[in-house]
Amino acid sequence: MSVLVDKFDVFAGGFWLTFQICVLAAIGALILGAVVAVLRISPVPPLRAVGTAYVTIFRNMPLTVVMFFSAFALPALGSNADFLRVPGLDVVFTRLGTDLPYFRFALIALTLYTAAFVCEALRSGINAVPPGQAEAARSLGLTFGQNLRHVVLPQSWKASIVPLGSVIIAMIKNSALIGFFGVVGDLSQSADQLTSAEGYAFIPVAIGISIGYLIMTVPLGALLDRIEQRQAVATR
Amino acid sequence: MRFTRAAVVATAAALTFGLTACGGEDAGSGGDTATAKTFAAGSTMERLYKAQAIKVGTKFDQPGFGLKGLSGKPEGFDVEVAKIIVKELGIPADKIEWVETTSKVREDAIVNNNVDFIVATYTINDKRKERIAFAGPYYEAGQNILVKADDTTITGPDSFKAGDKKVCSVTGSTPAEKIKESVKDVAAQVVLFDTYDKCVAALEGGQVNAVTTDNVILLGYIAKNEGKYKLAGDNFTKEPYGIGVKLEDKDFRTFINDTLEKAYADGSWKKAWDDTAGKFGAELGTAPAVNRY
Repeated sequence: MSVLVDKFDVFAGGFWLTFQICVLAAIGALILGAVVAVLRISPVPPLRAVGTAYVTIFRNMPLTVVMFFSAFALPALGSNADFLRVPGLDVVFTRLGTDLPYFRFALIALTLYTAAFVCEALRSGINAVPPGQAEAARSLGLTFGQNLRHVVLPQSWKASIVPLGSVIIAMIKNSALIGFFGVVGDLSQSADQLTSAEGYAFIPVAIGISIGYLIMTVPLGALLDRIEQRQAVATR
Repeated sequence: MRFTRAAVVATAAALTFGLTACGGEDAGSGGDTATAKTFAAGSTMERLYKAQAIKVGTKFDQPGFGLKGLSGKPEGFDVEVAKIIVKELGIPADKIEWVETTSKVREDAIVNNNVDFIVATYTINDKRKERIAFAGPYYEAGQNILVKADDTTITGPDSFKAGDKKVCSVTGSTPAEKIKESVKDVAAQVVLFDTYDKCVAALEGGQVNAVTTDNVILLGYIAKNEGKYKLAGDNFTKEPYGIGVKLEDKDFRTFINDTLEKAYADGSWKKAWDDTAGKFGAELGTAPAVNRY
């Protein structure tokens, strides 16, 4: 188990990089997922079709395939995802600004994939709001946008927060794939480096990696449990 | 109806007979001579010889060294070297159970008794020697750099010091760790994939400027894409490939070393190379002296 102490910097570095991509992908997926959810419930049929098509494609494709497309098809199309080199943001998230595009590719794949699930979690929350609420708001003369903003979404939020959390936890675990698509130094890729190149035994390294992921997921899960309990009290 | 069925059975029986006879002959001509081998009592060699079964670890995805193709059996230089050793143990080659040992699991496979020995482009280094022991080396590779044929800006590992050249290698490999010492900023210059095919795709797409690993692997890609790529300069490391055995099993290690020296002398080592990796145009070089530490 000495590897956990000797190579603490490798584990810490891996944790930090995984944490970075998870924060960015979570923000991206929540925004994109919300947009897609609004599309899916919009009164305009073509917009609904776009939303449904998005969810159908990205929810039903394996993440590995999405990663493949992102890491190998985007460069073939001549894109290095340079639009993600956001000035200012790349000071904190240094990998966003490097010449190597693979962090950005992985971020795109993770965001697109997770957004489909975020959309469905949000929509299930919206469906949980009694239809009478939206009808009442409409009869008061509120537009679609006002209706969503002031009546439906504030109520749906409560029902979506727990499934949303599960989606984000799944996303954190899914991020273990990025090491296979050119991102160097995330948690799971660090395991590869320590075991095969530096010859450490696999099990202690795997334990270290697991701890890294648990540090991110367990508090999130605990937070969700608390929110759920408070909601149960509020609805009683 | 009954008549035809009888005929079919008869034919099948005849065929089976014929095949069995052939199989027997093959085993005979395969060098499994009737002379019984004798090994020191209690040694690994005696145990394996008595069991007439052996588990050998190799790679299944390394062209020229250990590649499992349509035949279902791995083929390559490592596989041939393993066969030479197994033959010396008095076990016919068809009794070998091939176990896939990727770079990640090699030490664990030996420590946990999943294999009896490993021949898998296994670079001898001190860190690995803490957990297992190496016989050999039986081949000395070296790290090199693959670039596009028209690229003159990269001449060796020092070309990455300026920080503007990007390089690809495979996750968890020794060359990947080695090149990290030559680059200015790992995060901005090094890409690691799980296979070299992806690295070559990235080189073609221009995301990276170079691919680095052992020369023999790179030569395979040069041979496959004629005129597109070249090696930039000479090998800049020495990667002696060894045969992994259990740390405490010195007798078995000595036996393998003796076998290797015999194979150097009688030409079977060179033949193994010419039949496999040598087809890529890779140089065999002189036989590396085995290291009996």
